[in-house]
Amino acid sequence: MAGGGPILCLFACAAIRYACAMELKVSDLSCARGGMPVLEGVDFTLSGGEMLLLRGPNGIGKTTLLRTLAGLQPALGGTIIMPPESLAYGAHADGLKAMLTVRENLAFWARVHGVPDMEREVVRALDEFNLNDLADRPARSLSAGQKRRLGLARLLLTGRPIWALDEPTVSLDTESVALFAETVRRHCAAGGMAIMATHIGLGLEARALDLSAFRADPDSCRAGGGSVPADAFFGDEDLA
Amino acid sequence: MIALLLRDLRLAVRAGGGFGLGLVFFLIVTVLVPFGVGPEGALLAQIAPGILWVAALLACLLSLDRIFALDYEDGTIDLLATSPLPLEGVAAMKGLAHWLTTGLPLTLVAPGLAVLLNMPAGAYSWLLLTLLIGTPALSFIGTFGAALTVGVKRGGLLLSLLVLPLYMPTLLFGAEALRRGAEGADNTVPLLMLAGITLGTIGLLPFVAAQVLRINLR
Repeated sequence: MAGGGPILCLFACAAIRYACAMELKVSDLSCARGGMPVLEGVDFTLSGGEMLLLRGPNGIGKTTLLRTLAGLQPALGGTIIMPPESLAYGAHADGLKAMLTVRENLAFWARVHGVPDMEREVVRALDEFNLNDLADRPARSLSAGQKRRLGLARLLLTGRPIWALDEPTVSLDTESVALFAETVRRHCAAGGMAIMATHIGLGLEARALDLSAFRADPDSCRAGGGSVPADAFFGDEDLA
Repeated sequence: MIALLLRDLRLAVRAGGGFGLGLVFFLIVTVLVPFGVGPEGALLAQIAPGILWVAALLACLLSLDRIFALDYEDGTIDLLATSPLPLEGVAAMKGLAHWLTTGLPLTLVAPGLAVLLNMPAGAYSWLLLTLLIGTPALSFIGTFGAALTVGVKRGGLLLSLLVLPLYMPTLLFGAEALRRGAEGADNTVPLLMLAGITLGTIGLLPFVAAQVLRINLR
């Protein structure tokens, strides 16, 4: 039957929340911050259900890598392969409006992402991060940890499978960290992916990627853009 | 995109949103002028078109740095840039929201203030019309300027210096169309030029502003 294929596919996607064979493939990626290359040769593949923790000392380029993945800044080289519009970025700043209530803040992002059945989804996101009692309070009256929870609740409303989170647990208490870890676990169990820059263990089974291994060679950048390998200038004897 | 527009309008009218700030400024400037110039009806009537237009322009300028700066500070711009909304649409909605909260109210109260400047009653309709046609250009040029200065700390002054020269054509044709209209002369040409500038800025500048934003977000 000709119509069988699409119907079957629709059914399958309803059972597993995100379409199968979803993959984030990063190969030989170089990123720069403020024009200076910070990372080069970053390679990893993440498939549905997996999560990756980015490790490394301050300034190694965790935020830069996440911003590059999110498309906020262009890569110097290499490739990022993922389905279009599949990445939700969570930054240091939560993008909250102090004058709007908790519910209004979430409803705005739900509308921006075109979530069908918006009100139910907003209530679900409020539930998930234990924000129900605060729903009608203006965001300016929240504590730092509560704001963070609200910022994380936004992720649920993006409906996107890949979460790229920059220090998601900052200012969260242990209870909220557990709440967040549970949400991420459920997101991945539903076929989603998470890539997080974090310093604390979340009690999650996740691969860790130490970015120190990909630190860009400071010499290679002076030759402009870092695309020219350093030994092309200094290495070979026939230059002398 | 409508969601963004509605959110910006809601933010503007809530406490601290700055709605009315431009309006009050417009009021004060137009009230101050008769005090400065003196109670000479004929002179006031003669300079009224220019004064009203310059005052409207300065009032517009006052709230420009809020267009993107607040969203930049709290990280909203980053999130909008990664959302399904095109940044061009974001810029256009920002411009529209600015006009609805600044340009449109200015236009509507202008005839009331024209009384203070002894403008002939027959010119009120021209005042409304020229401001209605011209103020959207002020908001969209301002949006472009705000996009340029989005990452600059205390960029408000720089923004004014960048934007004011760009306001010159709108001011020229707007005030000229109003002056001729008030005198009962033919003002088709300046009106058409004014409309052309407005349409051009609405059509082009959101694209430029979006590109500038992308560069500023890096």
